[in-house]
Amino acid sequence: MAEATMLDARGLKCPMPIVKAKKALDPIAPGETLKVVATDPGSVLDFQGWAKTSSLFELVKQEEGTDDQGRKTYTHYLRKK
Amino acid sequence: MTTEIRTGLDPAVKAYIDEQVAALRKDLPDNRVAMVVFSGELDRQLASLVIATGAVAMGLEVSIFYTFWGLSALKKGRRLRGKTLKEKMFAMMTPTSLAKMPVSKMNFGGIGSAMLKTMMKENDVSSIDDLFAMAREMGVKIIACTMSMDVMGIAKEELVDGIGLGGVAAFLGEAARSRVSLFI
Repeated sequence: MAEATMLDARGLKCPMPIVKAKKALDPIAPGETLKVVATDPGSVLDFQGWAKTSSLFELVKQEEGTDDQGRKTYTHYLRKK
Repeated sequence: MTTEIRTGLDPAVKAYIDEQVAALRKDLPDNRVAMVVFSGELDRQLASLVIATGAVAMGLEVSIFYTFWGLSALKKGRRLRGKTLKEKMFAMMTPTSLAKMPVSKMNFGGIGSAMLKTMMKENDVSSIDDLFAMAREMGVKIIACTMSMDVMGIAKEELVDGIGLGGVAAFLGEAARSRVSLFI
Protein backbone atom coordinates (compact mmCIF):
# COMPACT_ATOMS: atom_id res chain seq x y z
CA MET A 1 0.00 0.00 0.00
CA ALA A 2 1.27 3.46 -0.87
CA GLU A 3 2.04 5.86 1.94
CA ALA A 4 -1.28 6.87 3.49
CA THR A 5 -2.25 10.37 4.56
CA MET A 6 -2.56 10.28 8.33
CA LEU A 7 -5.29 11.87 10.42
CA ASP A 8 -4.80 11.95 14.15
CA ALA A 9 -8.31 11.81 15.62
CA ARG A 10 -7.18 10.61 19.02
CA GLY A 11 -9.11 12.14 21.90
CA LEU A 12 -11.86 13.38 19.57
CA LYS A 13 -15.45 12.55 20.45
CA CYS A 14 -18.46 11.99 18.23
CA PRO A 15 -19.06 13.55 15.71
CA MET A 16 -15.52 14.95 15.32
CA PRO A 17 -13.67 11.89 13.94
CA ILE A 18 -16.19 11.73 11.07
CA VAL A 19 -16.18 15.50 10.52
CA LYS A 20 -12.36 15.66 10.44
CA ALA A 21 -12.11 12.57 8.24
CA LYS A 22 -14.44 14.16 5.69
CA LYS A 23 -12.30 17.30 5.64
CA ALA A 24 -9.16 15.22 5.24
CA LEU A 25 -10.64 13.09 2.44
CA ASP A 26 -11.65 16.04 0.28
CA PRO A 27 -8.19 17.16 -0.88
CA ILE A 28 -6.63 13.73 -1.50
CA ALA A 29 -6.63 12.05 -4.90
CA PRO A 30 -8.82 9.08 -5.84
CA GLY A 31 -7.10 5.80 -5.04
CA GLU A 32 -5.11 7.32 -2.19
CA THR A 33 -5.63 6.15 1.35
CA LEU A 34 -6.45 8.10 4.47
CA LYS A 35 -5.45 6.53 7.75
CA VAL A 36 -7.56 7.72 10.66
CA VAL A 37 -6.33 6.96 14.16
CA ALA A 38 -9.07 7.41 16.75
CA THR A 39 -9.55 6.57 20.42
CA ASP A 40 -13.35 6.65 20.33
CA PRO A 41 -14.55 3.01 20.34
CA GLY A 42 -17.74 4.20 18.63
CA SER A 43 -15.66 5.14 15.59
CA VAL A 44 -15.53 1.48 14.52
CA LEU A 45 -19.26 1.30 13.79
CA ASP A 46 -19.28 4.96 12.70
CA PHE A 47 -16.87 4.37 9.84
CA GLN A 48 -18.66 1.15 8.88
CA GLY A 49 -21.97 3.00 8.80
CA TRP A 50 -20.54 5.86 6.80
CA ALA A 51 -18.88 3.49 4.34
CA LYS A 52 -22.25 1.84 3.68
CA THR A 53 -23.72 5.05 2.30
CA SER A 54 -20.63 6.77 0.97
CA SER A 55 -19.57 7.13 -2.62
CA LEU A 56 -16.54 9.08 -1.41
CA PHE A 57 -14.43 6.21 -0.07
CA GLU A 58 -14.15 2.53 0.59
CA LEU A 59 -13.32 1.21 4.06
CA VAL A 60 -10.31 -1.01 3.42
CA LYS A 61 -9.63 -2.19 6.95
CA GLN A 62 -9.91 -1.40 10.62
CA GLU A 63 -7.33 -2.20 13.27
CA GLU A 64 -7.15 -1.98 17.01
CA GLY A 65 -3.97 -1.04 18.78
CA THR A 66 -2.40 0.95 21.58
CA ASP A 67 -0.66 4.31 21.25
CA ASP A 68 2.46 5.58 23.00
CA GLN A 69 0.35 6.94 25.84
CA GLY A 70 -1.22 3.53 26.44
CA ARG A 71 -4.57 4.52 24.97
CA LYS A 72 -6.56 2.00 23.00
CA THR A 73 -6.69 3.10 19.38
CA TYR A 74 -8.94 2.27 16.48
CA THR A 75 -7.34 2.80 13.09
CA HIS A 76 -9.44 3.07 9.96
CA TYR A 77 -8.10 2.92 6.42
CA LEU A 78 -10.23 4.80 3.92
CA ARG A 79 -9.46 4.56 0.23
CA LYS A 80 -10.81 7.48 -1.72
CA LYS A 81 -12.99 6.51 -4.67
CA MET B 1 -37.13 -21.55 -41.29
CA THR B 2 -34.90 -18.85 -39.86
CA THR B 3 -33.93 -18.43 -36.27
CA GLU B 4 -33.98 -14.86 -35.12
CA ILE B 5 -31.40 -13.97 -32.51
CA ARG B 6 -32.67 -11.09 -30.46
CA THR B 7 -29.94 -8.72 -29.47
CA GLY B 8 -32.02 -5.92 -28.10
CA LEU B 9 -35.36 -5.08 -26.62
CA ASP B 10 -38.37 -4.29 -28.68
CA PRO B 11 -38.20 -0.50 -29.12
CA ALA B 12 -41.70 -0.07 -27.72
CA VAL B 13 -40.82 -2.08 -24.60
CA LYS B 14 -37.56 -0.16 -24.21
CA ALA B 15 -39.37 3.17 -24.49
CA TYR B 16 -41.85 2.04 -21.86
CA ILE B 17 -39.11 0.90 -19.47
CA ASP B 18 -37.12 4.10 -19.99
CA GLU B 19 -40.17 6.16 -19.21
CA GLN B 20 -40.91 4.19 -16.04
CA VAL B 21 -37.29 4.37 -14.87
CA ALA B 22 -37.21 8.14 -15.47
CA ALA B 23 -40.43 8.55 -13.46
CA LEU B 24 -39.05 6.45 -10.58
CA ARG B 25 -35.78 8.36 -10.61
CA LYS B 26 -37.63 11.62 -10.27
CA ASP B 27 -39.34 10.25 -7.18
CA LEU B 28 -36.19 9.04 -5.43
CA PRO B 29 -35.39 10.84 -2.19
CA ASP B 30 -32.37 13.15 -2.12
CA ASN B 31 -29.41 12.43 0.11
CA ARG B 32 -30.86 14.80 2.62
CA VAL B 33 -31.78 14.98 6.29
CA ALA B 34 -34.65 17.19 7.46
CA MET B 35 -35.01 17.93 11.14
CA VAL B 36 -37.49 19.82 13.24
CA VAL B 37 -35.91 21.18 16.40
CA PHE B 38 -38.78 22.04 18.70
CA SER B 39 -37.07 21.67 22.09
CA GLY B 40 -35.24 24.44 23.86
CA GLU B 41 -33.05 22.20 25.96
CA LEU B 42 -29.31 21.89 25.80
CA ASP B 43 -29.18 18.09 25.64
CA ARG B 44 -31.74 17.82 22.87
CA GLN B 45 -30.14 20.64 20.89
CA LEU B 46 -26.80 18.88 21.32
CA ALA B 47 -28.27 15.71 19.82
CA SER B 48 -29.60 17.62 16.81
CA LEU B 49 -26.24 19.29 16.14
CA VAL B 50 -24.25 16.07 16.49
CA ILE B 51 -26.56 14.43 13.94
CA ALA B 52 -26.43 17.47 11.66
CA THR B 53 -22.63 17.78 11.60
CA GLY B 54 -22.19 14.02 11.29
CA ALA B 55 -24.67 13.91 8.41
CA VAL B 56 -22.95 16.70 6.46
CA ALA B 57 -19.61 14.98 6.94
CA MET B 58 -21.17 11.80 5.52
CA GLY B 59 -22.22 13.68 2.42
CA LEU B 60 -25.86 14.34 3.26
CA GLU B 61 -27.45 17.74 2.94
CA VAL B 62 -29.08 18.91 6.14
CA SER B 63 -31.92 21.30 6.84
CA ILE B 64 -32.97 22.18 10.36
CA PHE B 65 -36.31 23.84 11.03
CA TYR B 66 -36.27 25.63 14.35
CA THR B 67 -39.66 26.11 15.92
CA PHE B 68 -41.15 27.10 19.31
CA TRP B 69 -38.67 26.59 22.16
CA GLY B 70 -36.05 25.54 19.67
CA LEU B 71 -35.91 29.09 18.28
CA SER B 72 -33.89 30.19 21.32
CA ALA B 73 -30.88 28.53 19.67
CA LEU B 74 -30.93 31.24 17.01
CA LYS B 75 -31.28 34.28 19.26
CA LYS B 76 -28.66 37.02 19.18
CA GLY B 77 -29.61 38.23 22.63
CA ARG B 78 -32.55 39.49 24.64
CA ARG B 79 -34.70 42.21 23.13
CA LEU B 80 -37.80 43.61 24.79
CA ARG B 81 -38.31 46.80 22.79
CA GLY B 82 -41.48 46.86 20.71
CA LYS B 83 -42.96 43.78 22.39
CA THR B 84 -46.32 43.40 24.11
CA LEU B 85 -46.42 42.51 27.80
CA LYS B 86 -46.98 38.82 27.12
CA GLU B 87 -44.24 38.76 24.50
CA LYS B 88 -41.89 40.44 26.99
CA MET B 89 -42.71 37.75 29.52
CA PHE B 90 -41.87 35.08 26.97
CA ALA B 91 -38.65 36.86 26.08
CA MET B 92 -37.69 37.07 29.77
CA MET B 93 -38.46 33.41 30.43
CA THR B 94 -36.76 31.83 27.44
CA PRO B 95 -32.99 31.39 27.09
CA THR B 96 -31.09 33.76 24.80
CA SER B 97 -28.53 31.27 23.54
CA LEU B 98 -27.76 27.59 23.28
CA ALA B 99 -25.33 27.69 26.19
CA LYS B 100 -27.96 29.23 28.47
CA MET B 101 -30.48 26.46 27.88
CA PRO B 102 -31.54 24.15 30.69
CA VAL B 103 -31.26 20.37 30.40
CA SER B 104 -34.36 18.22 29.87
CA LYS B 105 -33.73 16.13 33.00
CA MET B 106 -32.19 17.02 36.36
CA ASN B 107 -31.82 20.70 35.58
CA PHE B 108 -32.17 21.82 39.23
CA GLY B 109 -32.40 25.49 38.43
CA GLY B 110 -29.49 25.44 36.01
CA ILE B 111 -27.05 23.36 38.07
CA GLY B 112 -27.66 20.35 35.81
CA SER B 113 -27.01 22.41 32.69
CA ALA B 114 -23.76 23.81 34.12
CA MET B 115 -22.69 20.32 35.15
CA LEU B 116 -23.40 18.89 31.71
CA LYS B 117 -21.30 21.61 30.07
CA THR B 118 -18.44 20.96 32.49
CA MET B 119 -18.68 17.22 31.89
CA MET B 120 -18.71 17.73 28.11
CA LYS B 121 -15.55 19.81 28.45
CA GLU B 122 -13.87 17.23 30.66
CA ASN B 123 -14.65 14.59 28.06
CA ASP B 124 -13.41 16.76 25.18
CA VAL B 125 -16.82 16.88 23.53
CA SER B 126 -17.14 19.99 21.36
CA SER B 127 -19.10 22.77 23.05
CA ILE B 128 -22.62 23.44 21.89
CA ASP B 129 -21.60 26.83 20.43
CA ASP B 130 -18.71 25.25 18.52
CA LEU B 131 -21.03 22.58 17.12
CA PHE B 132 -23.53 25.19 15.99
CA ALA B 133 -20.80 27.30 14.35
CA MET B 134 -19.40 24.17 12.70
CA ALA B 135 -22.82 23.12 11.43
CA ARG B 136 -23.28 26.53 9.82
CA GLU B 137 -19.80 26.56 8.35
CA MET B 138 -20.41 23.09 6.87
CA GLY B 139 -23.52 24.33 5.12
CA VAL B 140 -26.38 23.14 7.28
CA LYS B 141 -29.45 25.02 6.10
CA ILE B 142 -31.28 26.78 8.91
CA ILE B 143 -34.92 27.76 8.68
CA ALA B 144 -36.86 29.52 11.41
CA CYS B 145 -40.58 28.83 11.67
CA THR B 146 -42.44 32.09 11.12
CA MET B 147 -45.65 30.96 12.81
CA SER B 148 -43.95 30.27 16.12
CA MET B 149 -41.91 33.47 15.76
CA ASP B 150 -45.19 35.39 15.45
CA VAL B 151 -46.81 33.59 18.38
CA MET B 152 -43.84 34.22 20.64
CA GLY B 153 -43.28 37.74 19.35
CA ILE B 154 -39.81 37.07 17.95
CA ALA B 155 -38.77 39.39 15.12
CA LYS B 156 -36.35 38.13 12.50
CA GLU B 157 -33.84 40.82 13.53
CA GLU B 158 -33.53 39.04 16.88
CA LEU B 159 -32.24 35.90 15.21
CA VAL B 160 -28.81 35.24 13.73
CA ASP B 161 -28.22 36.41 10.17
CA GLY B 162 -28.23 34.31 7.06
CA ILE B 163 -31.07 31.98 7.97
CA GLY B 164 -34.23 31.17 6.01
CA LEU B 165 -37.78 31.74 7.15
CA GLY B 166 -40.50 29.26 6.42
CA GLY B 167 -43.53 27.30 7.47
CA VAL B 168 -44.81 23.77 7.46
CA ALA B 169 -44.68 23.42 3.69
CA ALA B 170 -41.04 24.49 3.64
CA PHE B 171 -40.30 21.68 6.08
CA LEU B 172 -42.48 19.06 4.39
CA GLY B 173 -41.15 20.00 0.97
CA GLU B 174 -37.71 19.03 2.22
CA ALA B 175 -38.79 16.17 4.48
CA ALA B 176 -40.76 14.47 1.71
CA ARG B 177 -37.59 14.23 -0.35
CA SER B 178 -35.29 13.35 2.54
CA ARG B 179 -34.00 9.96 3.52
CA VAL B 180 -33.99 10.86 7.18
CA SER B 181 -36.48 13.04 9.00
CA LEU B 182 -36.40 13.75 12.72
CA PHE B 183 -38.39 15.69 15.28
CA ILE B 184 -36.29 16.71 18.25
